[in-house]
Amino acid sequence: MEDVSKQKALKIDYTLPIKSWMEPTVEFRKGTYGYPGASKHVNYLGLPFPREWQPTDKDWKLPENWKEIILRGMKDRLGRYRSFRLFLDICVRCGACADKCHFFIGSGDPKNMPVLRAELLRSIYRRYFTLSGKVFGKLAGARELTEEVLKEWFYYFYQCTECRRCSVFCPYGIDTCEITMMARELLNLIGLNINWIVEPASKSYRTGNHLGIPPHAFKSTVDFAIDEIKEITGIQVEVPINRKGAEILFITPSADYFASPHWYTFLGYLLLFHEIGLDYTWSTYASEGGNFGLFHSADLAKRLNAKIYSEAKRLGVKWILGGECGHMWRVIHQYMDTFNGPADFLEEPISPVTGTHFDHVKSTKMVHICEFTADLIKNNKLKLDPNRNDKWKVTYHDSCNISRGMGLLEEPRYILRNVCTEFYEMPENTIKERTFCCGSGAGLGSDENMEIRLRGGFPRANAVKYVKEQYGVNLLTCICAIDRATLPPLLEYWVPGVEVAGVHELVGNALVLKGEKERTTNLRGEPLTPSEN
Amino acid sequence: MLMIQDLLKKNKAAILERWFHLILETYPANTAAMMRKDKNQFTNPVGTTLSREIEVLFKNLCEGSQNEKCQSSLDSILKIRSVQDFSPSKAVGFIFLLKRAIGETLKNEMCKGAVMDEWLEFQSKIDDLALQAFDIYMDCREKICEIRVNQAKTEKEMAFRMMERMTTSKEKKQKGED
Repeated sequence: MEDVSKQKALKIDYTLPIKSWMEPTVEFRKGTYGYPGASKHVNYLGLPFPREWQPTDKDWKLPENWKEIILRGMKDRLGRYRSFRLFLDICVRCGACADKCHFFIGSGDPKNMPVLRAELLRSIYRRYFTLSGKVFGKLAGARELTEEVLKEWFYYFYQCTECRRCSVFCPYGIDTCEITMMARELLNLIGLNINWIVEPASKSYRTGNHLGIPPHAFKSTVDFAIDEIKEITGIQVEVPINRKGAEILFITPSADYFASPHWYTFLGYLLLFHEIGLDYTWSTYASEGGNFGLFHSADLAKRLNAKIYSEAKRLGVKWILGGECGHMWRVIHQYMDTFNGPADFLEEPISPVTGTHFDHVKSTKMVHICEFTADLIKNNKLKLDPNRNDKWKVTYHDSCNISRGMGLLEEPRYILRNVCTEFYEMPENTIKERTFCCGSGAGLGSDENMEIRLRGGFPRANAVKYVKEQYGVNLLTCICAIDRATLPPLLEYWVPGVEVAGVHELVGNALVLKGEKERTTNLRGEPLTPSEN
Repeated sequence: MLMIQDLLKKNKAAILERWFHLILETYPANTAAMMRKDKNQFTNPVGTTLSREIEVLFKNLCEGSQNEKCQSSLDSILKIRSVQDFSPSKAVGFIFLLKRAIGETLKNEMCKGAVMDEWLEFQSKIDDLALQAFDIYMDCREKICEIRVNQAKTEKEMAFRMMERMTTSKEKKQKGED
């Protein structure tokens, strides 16, 4: 009989052909890219080159002088942003960031390594803006800018959630997220954008929120919430809208008042504000915290951010309170001052209940609701019954923009420990500054992009699975609206049986209101067990 | 199956190491190096899941208890490979690499008459496992479609709830007027 090892069936070569990263080859398979921005939205925002096209088309209908536009745009940004040039120049390709990206970990695609993703842009920088690249070309890591390179940029720079986990590990402090931002700005110069950025930005610009909810519909949702709260608690809450002269303007993502499970966080806010008798207002003009402009360009981010501050000025409030949002806080914390600051027409925020001065936001005058609520709890201003959340064994996902983007780590945990009885942390290398992204931020959260999202969210889900198996965790809390929208499908795939909630949903459950009726359900309308009640 | 079982048990570590290596070769070289090196289950979930679960699969195959016990391990691996850049055949094909791993590790022993017969029989067990893997792969792909549909439904959930409430209160109002 023939030697088994010589059988043909055992001789199949499964190894992948070795290709240089410098060869740009991208296959656009369904499930791995977001649809391009619809021209009506691109038009509305006055952005360049609106057109109908698809990444799977051979012809992307690029403007004739696209190369010139990109290189001019690059030159302009290299001059304007010192950090951009620095980040392109100083990387020594040590690889510290390589295995830190959730997309690389989940997909195994080397071009998802932050260092290599940055090289896609850096190689063009070398070729056109450095002497060594101009002279030595490929030998110096330089590449020609071709349509294939452009397609590769589109594929990989819209496969980065700008979460900045890689930047935590870079010994030089290179913020690869900002390289993605620059690449996206360049792509946008020739109309290469995705709809789940352009449409929300356009709607925020037109109607005040990314869902395009007009003022009267906003009022209807608020009325609906008031009814629900009355049914659950017996309390009639007041919800002021566009009220001039209020002390505080409250801004939160529009998903909070029009999506699920965000809705229950919204109810939590309303209960809290009612209980402490907050002098505040909602706005229909600035009815969106999320700044989708940030995923497009600094200019668009600035335009959307300005709406919040101009509304604060118009209403004559003293300061701004911000809800559970992700990238709104990145913009406020890192860019607002440069965009539209300082907000010197507002006053330094002081809690009207505790008298605490929030002097860390002297310039932006905007306080995070977790800071505000943690301060209330710390000063014993809230009566809480954590047993009302006994249904849940809770863990907490540090949303990237809030943990890495603004360093808010302890306040949400402090709140959770006060409003529920069982709280468990995920492993330490997956939380706080090292938190794993949901895999769907920065405009990637569309349903057509589901495969990429499931890949990118795997490291997060894997840590959730661990606490589920170890402690029976059944609720993942977070303080970002994109998380609340995208973690449920992620967990449905990787860790079925774990639900998602905002921190203030649990606050709303635990909050014992003056004059409330005996609660029989939580804010989701699910019955409280006898021991919980 | 005594002889081959004995051989497989004795050479378990070498076979598993080879199988793991061959599976990693289905990934680009840089990725494979990371997946091999990092033993942390949270920073390298793909590599650690693969190495942990193929051990379970191998154990159950050797013990002849493949169906139910292999289900969960196959599920863990295929959930990953279903969303990575693999064609269906490549996603499931890692099972067949076990044949190659065993063949290469035990090439001298396998060609001996009696063992050869048992080996051929064992190969059909691996084939069965591959078929089971394909079913699970399809479940994963269907789940992805289902999730997309569910997401679309969730996006409209609040609107439907509000419409329902408006309809109910309108009806109540009409009844009151009647």
